[in-house]
Amino acid sequence: MTIQLSHFSAAFVFALFASIVFGITHRETTRDMVRYGLYCFAMFLGGVLVAGWAMWLVRR
Amino acid sequence: MPNPIPAKSKPAAVASQNSSAMTVIAPAIGWLIPGAGHIIQRRYIRGLLLFVSIGSLFALGLMMQGHIYKANGGDILDILGFIGDLGAGALYIVALAMNWGMGAIAFAVADYGTKFMIVAGLLNFIAVADAYHIAIGKKQ
Repeated sequence: MTIQLSHFSAAFVFALFASIVFGITHRETTRDMVRYGLYCFAMFLGGVLVAGWAMWLVRR
Repeated sequence: MPNPIPAKSKPAAVASQNSSAMTVIAPAIGWLIPGAGHIIQRRYIRGLLLFVSIGSLFALGLMMQGHIYKANGGDILDILGFIGDLGAGALYIVALAMNWGMGAIAFAVADYGTKFMIVAGLLNFIAVADAYHIAIGKKQ
């Protein structure tokens, strides 16, 4: 069984699962875990979008 | 010869022995099965989330036709890839035994898949360290 993901959907899935693990392993309380997981997720996806636009600008 | 452990502190000594055993067992089983190191320490939700996250990342990597690195890669990048893959424990062992992920990285998605599996292994190393910290009482 094979799967074809676009660049963005691959980045989304990667950000989701990595953020869950980071949240659980890097914080003590449940509340902090959720907050840090959401922060990591936003940073991952934000980084993808910023890098994408930066490359678009460089290419022009 | 008198008993070196006073009667009152026996439960504490047993608890200490169990704790020291857990410092070995939890990381070992956590490496073999992602999240299991947390589950045996009664952190069920955390363990399940770790298992789903790391397992999904690894499975998606395989489905994207990512490459599995072997020990005898030779090239330094292959060796680093092998160390990353090895972190996934049983997932890596099963994939190797089933001869999955042996194809060449022929297109971009397969390269993403390769990185997914390496990162799954590296994330499991972090989860193993977390299970150890729970076992020694450094973390709740």
